[in-house]
Order: sequence, then structure tokens, then C-alpha cells
Amino acid sequence: MRAGWIALGMVFAGTVHAQAPWSPADLDTIASMRLSQVPAAPADASNRHERDPRAIALGKELFFDERFSKPGNVSCATCHQPAFQFQDGKPRGRAIGETPRRTQPLAHVAHNAWFFWDGRKDSLWAQALAPLEDAREHGGTRALYAHLVAEHYRAEYEAVFGPLPDLSNVPRDAGPKGTTAERVAWRALDKTVQLAVSRVFANLGKAIAAYERTLVHTPSRFDRYAEALVRGKPRLDESERLTREEETGLALFIGRGRCNTCHTGPLMTDHYFHSTRVPPREPGRPDLGRYLGADEALADEFNCLGAFSDAQPAQCRELRFIVHGDPLLKRAFKTPGLRGVATRAPYMHAGQLASLARVIAHYAEAPESLPAERRIVQGHVMGSELLPLKLSDKEAAALVAFLATLDSTTIERATAVAKPE
Amino acid sequence: MWRKYVLFPVVGLLAACASAPTALDLSLDKLTKEGKFRVALVAPVPEPAVHQIHDWSIRLMTPDGTPIAKGLVYLNGGMPGHGHGLPTRPITVGETAPGLYRVEGMKFNMPGHWELIVAIQANGTEDFAYFNWMVALPKAR
Ligand code: HEC
Ligand code: HEC
Repeated sequence: MRAGWIALGMVFAGTVHAQAPWSPADLDTIASMRLSQVPAAPADASNRHERDPRAIALGKELFFDERFSKPGNVSCATCHQPAFQFQDGKPRGRAIGETPRRTQPLAHVAHNAWFFWDGRKDSLWAQALAPLEDAREHGGTRALYAHLVAEHYRAEYEAVFGPLPDLSNVPRDAGPKGTTAERVAWRALDKTVQLAVSRVFANLGKAIAAYERTLVHTPSRFDRYAEALVRGKPRLDESERLTREEETGLALFIGRGRCNTCHTGPLMTDHYFHSTRVPPREPGRPDLGRYLGADEALADEFNCLGAFSDAQPAQCRELRFIVHGDPLLKRAFKTPGLRGVATRAPYMHAGQLASLARVIAHYAEAPESLPAERRIVQGHVMGSELLPLKLSDKEAAALVAFLATLDSTTIERATAVAKPE
Repeated sequence: MWRKYVLFPVVGLLAACASAPTALDLSLDKLTKEGKFRVALVAPVPEPAVHQIHDWSIRLMTPDGTPIAKGLVYLNGGMPGHGHGLPTRPITVGETAPGLYRVEGMKFNMPGHWELIVAIQANGTEDFAYFNWMVALPKAR
């Protein structure tokens, strides 16, 4: 008798899920979150090689080539590991030394207008140059990379970018960001030689960016569910179902939890910067995030308006209309996408939160969130953009369960199921 | 001075209403707060999609509809329900016809209810106007 009831309950569950009580507005929101709704990545006018298959192939080689580092054992993939969504699961990125922030995953990265947690780079190719010259990451100089290209990828490089410059008088270790000796060696070079070496360096970034543009998410359990809902299937197959708890989490995510205000659209990010006041890694010394990042992007020699960009100045619109110097940007960080999030702890810009349960607890508490009448100080919004969120233990667990339905691995687009561009 | 003047009302407006009003006045042509000017916002066609930079026009007039040339017009905005501003800082690039001001660099990073504010300095006086704008979910592909 009892077994009969359980069996009946299970059959019933199957049909109930197919008719979850979503309002038309909820259904529209859920439909907008499907992976199939990701538009083509915006074109980057500052990189005219980004669709060239030869640039993509060269970029892939460079991404995985450990010779492109001072010690000879660091590549982009040291931290951006393909099997782990092109990140490393560590609180802070680590190669030669430790970086102050967490390694970001790279699927659909080309959809951003700004790169890094603080958006201090305005293109994917300009971004790629930073770790190469960072003493804690690849640790080399642009002169070293120019020599390495000439030695290992001359033909591949020249097919895309034209002849390499004569490097016979360029020392192996010279660059504006290196050690004192490397900087002195760089300054000793003729301006035209400096420019030629920097151009080779910028082109390496453009090839790497062309490769990164191919990285995409695979569809998740959530997508199978949402696609079936949108098609109005009367009964969902086993693989298309979410549990009651997961549905509750989804309802909170798009409803009372207001998660999808910032984590919006199919990539679950608005690609912009928000201050959610995650406790800083070093108490009392908070990372100022976008507040400094915006000014760094404006000052970057490799930005869209710089000498190495392929864009017309009028095309550099993000840079032209950038918000900077606004205290609202203090401690603001780029909203991370949430696909694949459950399998890449720890979380936040410096890996401060060890688990999704801790993340949800952060949203419930909303530290440094001021009541409306104290939010404005001298004309500026202060503190966190979040408002505290009352959640029962069950609801918190449901949000975590929903996030786990966004399972994803990262693949190169050529083999992706997602829409081609 | 002008900068300070425009910054304050924007944040003031964000604080003003913490929750989205139920019936929004979506009119794009109205008198300014103190009735000193009439302002019409001209949205781009087709309607701007989320995540794309677009340009608007603003028609500045006396209350009886006479165009006002050589004024200072400034457009900004934010999401009153969220407490954040625009992801860009739009620039008024000039007049394309007397009293018709072109604003470049608007962008919305989320669907939903945005409040747009026009600050005006002209004819030796100043005033503001507030507008509501709904950014739709992207069309299904
Ligand atoms: C030492 C580990 C490490 C290495 C090596 C490394 N990265 Fe990163 N990567 C990081 C960290 C940490 C961040 C975030 C840093 C920040 O925001 O300041 C990051 C951020 C990025 C981003 C920004 C993603 C986004 O959404 O904005 C891209 C793209 C990227 N890395 C690509 C590369 C490429 C290409 C290389 C090789 C040229 C590389 N990385 C080498 C650790 C590393
Ligand atoms: C005001 C915008 C905003 C809202 C609302 C918001 N988030 Fe976030 N979220 C962010 C930002 C910004 C970060 C990164 C903050 C940092 O690193 O300091 C983040 C980080 C996260 C992360 C960690 C991802 C990672 O890769 O580290 C998760 C998970 C997350 N949010 C889930 C949620 C959930 C669930 C909700 C609703 C309860 C929510 N968010 C509401 C902006 C927001």
C-alpha cells in the first residue's frame, strides 16, 4: 500500500515538474537565460585578426606554450586549466608568485567590454599582455617574447602579421615593466626599435585573443529544462527535469532574491561592476577594484585608442564614455557569470568565500548595506548595492541547488553545440 | 560647478524611490520639475538593446514649445530599484538643429526600469526633468 503511494508520488512528480507554476513573465525571464540565447560575441575593432584561423591556431599554441615565461615553465594554462573551466580552483592565481586576485574562468570571455575583475583592460588582446609581463605570472619581458616568436613561430607569425623586425640588436631581456636591469636595457633601445618590439608583443596578444574567442560553455541541466519549458512540452523527460528544490532556487534567483538583476541573461552577468562588499582579503586594506581599474584602462598604452590598436578612434566608444573617478566604483568588481559555478570554488575576486553556502550567506547578510536615508553621503551612494535578503535555511539550500544545475565544461567553439557566430 | 550640479540630482533620484512604482509614466515629452522648460527625449530607433552603446536626442523648448538653442543639456540615469547608475557617462556632443541636442554614449546593462534625468541650464536659469524607460528582455533568438 505504502509502496503504491510512493510509486504514485513519483509518477506525479514527473508531471508536476512539467507544469511548474511559472507566470508568463517568469517564463520570459527563464527563456532569456538559455544558453541558446547567447548572441554572437561583439566584434573587437581593435583586433583585425580575431577571426583569422591562422591567428586562432597560433594563439592556441601560445596559450599552452610554457617557453613563453622567464622560468620556462609557466603558460596561460598553468592558471587557466582547460579541464577546470580554464581556471585553477585556487583562492588566488599562482605561478612564479601569488597574484592578489582569483583566476577567472574564460568561457564566453569575448562578450566582455572590460577585462579582469576591475576591468583595467579594454580588450582581450590587451589583457593577454599583462600576465606575460607580470613578475608573479610569466615574468618575462616583451623583448624575450619577440625573440621566442622569432625562434619558434616565425612562419606562423609572419603569415598573419607580416615580417618580424630585425632583433639582432635587441637584448633578450628588456622591457618597460621588468627588473631594474631589464628597464635600463629597454630605455637604451632606439624608440623605433622599442615600437617594433612592442608591436610584436601586441600581436601575440591579438593571436591569443583570437583563440580565447573560441571558448564557450556547454549546455547545462538548466538549459535542457528551460528549452523544454519554452517549447511547452507537456511532460519533461528525466534529463529535462529539475527537482522541486532546484525549481524553488530558480524562482528565488529570478524573483525575491533579485540575483538576476546583476547575474542577468544567458551568461548570468551584466558584464559591469558592482559593489557587493565581500569582506576584503586583508581587513582594513580593501581592494578598490573598478575605482582604480577605470583609470588604468584609460592610461593603458595598449588600449583601443593606443598606437597598437586597429580601431578608428570613433570605434573606441566604451573608452570614450567610461565612468571613472566615481566613488560609487570603490570596491566594485565585475559581476562573474555563474555557469559552471558550483564546480569552481572558492568564490569572489580574491577567493574569500570557500563555498556556495557562504556566498548565499553573504547575500542574506549584505554587509555594509546602509538604510535608504543613510545611503547618500555628500551626494554619493555609499556602501553595498545589496539589500539584506531574508532566507530560510531551506531557501538558502535551494539557491545553492539551483546554481548546481548550471553545470558546464568549457570547450572550443568549433566543436560546441552552441550557435555558431 | 556644473558637474557638481548634475551629480547630486542623480543620486538624489536613486534614493528617492527604493521600489519601482507600479504604474510608470512612460511619457518622453514633459515639462521640467519647476515648469521652466519643456523637454522631449528622442529615443534611438530601433529601441536600444541591452549591452549596446547608443545615441539619443533631446529637444529643449520653452514651456510653449519654442526651441531653445545654445543651452546646456545633460543626460544621465540609473536604476532606482537597484541603486546604481548608467554603465557609461554619456556626452552631449552638440546641437544638430536649433534646440535639438545629440547625446552619445548611453548604455543599459540590465533589462528593467531605468530612470533618465535631463539637467538643463539655459536662458539664465536651470531645471530638471525625469523620465521612465523600460529596457525589454532581449528578443528570443
Ligand atoms: C599566475 C596565474 C595566471 C596566469 C599565468 C595567467 N592568468 Fe589570466 N588571470 C589570472 C588572474 C588571477 C586573473 C584575475 C586578475 C585580476 O583581476 O587582477 C586573470 C584574468 C584573466 C582574464 C580576464 C577574464 C575576464 O573575465 O575579465 C583573461 C582573459 C586571462 N586571464 C587570460 C590569460 C592569458 C591569455 C594568459 C597567458 C598570456 C593568462 N591569463 C595567464 C591568473 C593567471
Ligand atoms: C548588485 C549586483 C549583484 C546581485 C544583486 C547579486 N550578485 Fe552575485 N555577484 C556580483 C558581483 C559584483 C560578484 C563578485 C564580487 C566580488 O568578487 O567581490 C558576485 C559574485 C557571485 C558569486 C561568485 C561567483 C564567482 O565566480 O566568484 C555567486 C555564486 C553569486 N554572485 C551568486 C549570486 C546570487 C545567488 C545572488 C542572489 C541572491 C546574487 N549573486 C546577487 C553581483 C551581484
